[in-house]
Amino acid sequence: MMVADFPLWPDQASSFAKDVDNLYIFLIILCGAVSVGVFLTIFYFAIKFRRRPDNEIAQDYEPPKLLEVMWIAVPSVIFMGLFVWGSWLYFHLARVPDDALDIYATGKQWMWKFQHPSGQREINALHVPVNRPVKITMASEDVIHSLFFPYFRTKADVLPNRYRTMWFQATKTGRYHIFCAEYCGTLHSGMIGWVEVMEPADYQKWLAGGTEGSMASQGEQLFQKYACNTCHTNDATGRGPVLAGLYGKDITLSNDTVVKADDNYIRESILNPQAKTAKGFQPIMPTFQGQVSEDDLMKLLAYVKSIGPAATTKGTPQ
Amino acid sequence: MSDIAAGNEHHHHHPFLQHHFEDLGQQHEASTLGMWMFLCTEILFFGGILCAYWIYRVMYPEAWALAAHQQNTLYGGINTIVLIISSLTMALAVRAAQLGSRTWQLIMLFATLIFGSIFLVVKGIEYSMHWHEGLFPGSHFTWHEHPALANKVQLFMCFYWGMTGLHALHMVIGAGLLLWIIGRSWRNDFGPEYYAPVEIMGLYWHFVDIVWIFLFPFLYLIHGVHHG
Amino acid sequence: MTTATLHDVRLSGASTSRNYINDEYGALSWLLTKDHKRIAILYLLSISVLFVLGGFFAMMMRIELLTPAGDLLTSDTYNKFFTLHGVVMIFFFLIPAIPAVLGNFLLPIQLGAKDLAFPKINLLSWYLYMAAAIIGLVVIVTGGVDTGWTFYTPFSTQYSNTHVFGTTFAAFIAGFSSILTGLNFIVTIHRMRAPGLTWYRLPLFVWALYATSVVMLLATPVLAITLTMLMVERTIGVGFFDPSLGGDPLLYQHMFWFYSHPAVYIMILPAMGVASDVVAAFTRKKIFGYRFVAFSSLAIAFLGFLVWAHHMFVAGISVYSALIFAFLSFFVAVPSAIKVFNWTATLYRASVSWQTPMLYILGFIGLFTIGGVTGLFLASLGLDIHVTDTYFVVAHFHYVMVGGTVMAYLAGIHYWWPKITGRMYPEWWARLAALLVFVGFNLTFFPQFILGYLGMPRRYHAYAPEFQVLNVLSTAGASVLAVGYVLPIIYLVWSIWFGRPAGPNPWGAVGLEWTTASPPPKENFHETPVVTWDAYDYPAMMKAMGETQNV
Repeated sequence: MMVADFPLWPDQASSFAKDVDNLYIFLIILCGAVSVGVFLTIFYFAIKFRRRPDNEIAQDYEPPKLLEVMWIAVPSVIFMGLFVWGSWLYFHLARVPDDALDIYATGKQWMWKFQHPSGQREINALHVPVNRPVKITMASEDVIHSLFFPYFRTKADVLPNRYRTMWFQATKTGRYHIFCAEYCGTLHSGMIGWVEVMEPADYQKWLAGGTEGSMASQGEQLFQKYACNTCHTNDATGRGPVLAGLYGKDITLSNDTVVKADDNYIRESILNPQAKTAKGFQPIMPTFQGQVSEDDLMKLLAYVKSIGPAATTKGTPQ
Repeated sequence: MSDIAAGNEHHHHHPFLQHHFEDLGQQHEASTLGMWMFLCTEILFFGGILCAYWIYRVMYPEAWALAAHQQNTLYGGINTIVLIISSLTMALAVRAAQLGSRTWQLIMLFATLIFGSIFLVVKGIEYSMHWHEGLFPGSHFTWHEHPALANKVQLFMCFYWGMTGLHALHMVIGAGLLLWIIGRSWRNDFGPEYYAPVEIMGLYWHFVDIVWIFLFPFLYLIHGVHHG
Repeated sequence: MTTATLHDVRLSGASTSRNYINDEYGALSWLLTKDHKRIAILYLLSISVLFVLGGFFAMMMRIELLTPAGDLLTSDTYNKFFTLHGVVMIFFFLIPAIPAVLGNFLLPIQLGAKDLAFPKINLLSWYLYMAAAIIGLVVIVTGGVDTGWTFYTPFSTQYSNTHVFGTTFAAFIAGFSSILTGLNFIVTIHRMRAPGLTWYRLPLFVWALYATSVVMLLATPVLAITLTMLMVERTIGVGFFDPSLGGDPLLYQHMFWFYSHPAVYIMILPAMGVASDVVAAFTRKKIFGYRFVAFSSLAIAFLGFLVWAHHMFVAGISVYSALIFAFLSFFVAVPSAIKVFNWTATLYRASVSWQTPMLYILGFIGLFTIGGVTGLFLASLGLDIHVTDTYFVVAHFHYVMVGGTVMAYLAGIHYWWPKITGRMYPEWWARLAALLVFVGFNLTFFPQFILGYLGMPRRYHAYAPEFQVLNVLSTAGASVLAVGYVLPIIYLVWSIWFGRPAGPNPWGAVGLEWTTASPPPKENFHETPVVTWDAYDYPAMMKAMGETQNV
């Protein structure tokens, strides 16, 4: 049995794992020192000043009040430093790089479904290339779940009816845990899987292994299947706005407010079209709530993205 | 220490002086502070649901405006006036107790009870109208214009019934407490040296009134942004 | 005598005088009592039963977690057990314990009063607690609940097939018990202090109870309305929190944590109050920086209302919200640190006694420090992303709630036991139990920090095999801890009949409670005390007596 058999932290398998661990180790040293210091001081005082017949009552002595000020000021300064460090790290985890590979994830009781842009679908498994940022856009089909990659040091809650994003860049090939980290019912502890981080060549080979077509092309088929193209034509004569070039733009609504045509906007427009009607158009689009599954919604989203301007992936996740 | 109870009272032990208090003054101060503390909890209780209401109002201004249009502002307005008058009569009842006038105590307390009951009756009429229009949330809810907003209008109705229901429940409890105070007034329990129960009844009643002063504009008057 | 004296330190013969226990006999005289001391005993009995129940659920969980596979209990049963462990321990033990048992008994006496401001409301508080407990027991017996004590939506409103309504209703009723206790304490402290007892002469236990009561009063109603909305959604099906109907599950989380974060300060503030009183008594010295410690309780109460969303850093709040709440969360640690350093400084040039209450409090200070500093880990945003929702958080809150509150509760029980019962417990057994609790506790929960960082999520029935060794260590610790908890139940009950009789002041401590008989008479004092000395004024007591005694 070696020390390596009892790790104190998981392998560092992502680009920011080391940064997270550094903060952790610093805190262990700092807080360990304070805790040990407090323990030892208490021990020492409790022994040295223990009650004996000649000191039934304490000496009438007060330590200087400056001590009080010191141990308010010093921790405050240290805490501010920790806050800055933690926040810097947090921004790093929150900001998705522009060139990230898009993966779509759905959480449902009790499994994880992942879809690659090229059409591959996986359940409780996720193949990704090493040394490439991966952005996961995800939603839940039922209750709140949480997608957790301990070896990458990141997680985010997965919500019903709302897209969220998270990202990581794997730096080591291998197999790493996927866990659900928000209690979601009977098989919460069974909602687990594996990330397979592969060399780029291997990843390409894996991708090539059979598919129904990319997510965007599947989305285009759905666009025709649900007859979206009858109103959303390619020119201005349609009853609905033209969708080419729409994604990521600012849209003026009928009440003159302006919203961005992002993931959540597209999703809402399919499920609840009356909520935000574009200016100059009648609110006649029917709702597809209950007709389009979560998986299909993501394919339609991928299609709209594919015919829009390059989506901005930078910025705060939702 | 208060000196409301003059020297002799101490030894004669006023019948309503509880044994763990030094004198009536301390008892009075404790009672009123206790009621103020209780009202603080009520502020937080109603405040929670008012906050949630406001958050959704900001999120769904159209549905909120549409739903608010369903409200009967006339009845709501009548109720507001009725309640304000009842607060006046309640305050006068406290005054009457302080002066030791049994007659005026009873008149004012009964008046408060009557106005409070008028409020509840009008509220009942409103509720029955809304019920017949299918505006009670749940399986009987019906809403036909703007079907896409139906769920959010139902959400508004949930807040409407919830908030006014909680308020009405507090009114009913208040009416019960009023009956009890009326009973004690009848027995001539109150006078200048002991009137705390009437005073704290008044505090409670005024608070229930103030909650309505918030509910009325929120639920009836602020229509917000709406389109045809 | 209205001045604390050292000569009271001698242990005197069994009390044959009338006290609150022998004043009246019969079950009804207890069940319909208005005496705060008897109500405290009623709470002590019911809380102890519920603690054992909560402990049973914990024991079953720890046994299941000996092996990676879920082989002892079904998943549904395990999920119910962790939910019930949380519900019982939080709502029925941690929130009421110190205030309703020790606070109820001691507060009027420490203030020189005859009772609390509203004795009948005090009794009502206990009946509400019992009603809630009975509803909870019915829920348990008829199938339990599996949502986690946090009742997150939409799982609790739309997916769970268990007694969500019953449980939230029980928590709602228990909340009213809590509100009324807090209300009673606030009015009592403001209006019923003895002549001469100014705020700055109050024991720090009173300051702590005051701060706790303010939190109980202001935070609990928000839980009440949140649970009401949850119950309505569950029964009628409207969408306060359901996204497909227009609601927002995050609104539930905000409202829930707006109460539940201050709730943890309801749990720890009274514990800190006990710590102050015990440290003063067992060092025979005034607490260093008395005013700082007093105001730090108020600061914790206030700041505790500003940090709730640090439970939601990964839940979907905006980056900017997260920054604000993280910033404020660091600040709430400062007043707690003040207390820890001040207690430690009090030991300097003191007269430190190693009796059981002090052993528990020394343990409390150390374990609360560890629990508190691990809070810093959680407030550091970038690190929280990794450790939140894992066993790291489980370890953190058990360090502060068990290593903190439970240890301080046991300290207070032992410290004031002679006053409450008129008897001393057997010191040797008590020290053994304290040692077992300390060792068992650390063995149970320290490995969980490591488990959490390694990635083991919380509320997991089955886990990855590499986590087994640490889980086995944790369960071993829990067994030791269990023994440490059972021992006091045995010897404390034993001491009621066979313990050495204690006099008014077996510890030689300064405080109004030590100037009256053990157990106290029904009206607490034969005549109202007039206070002319500072809190913990040991030098004055020494001067007044001019003699020393052995304890």
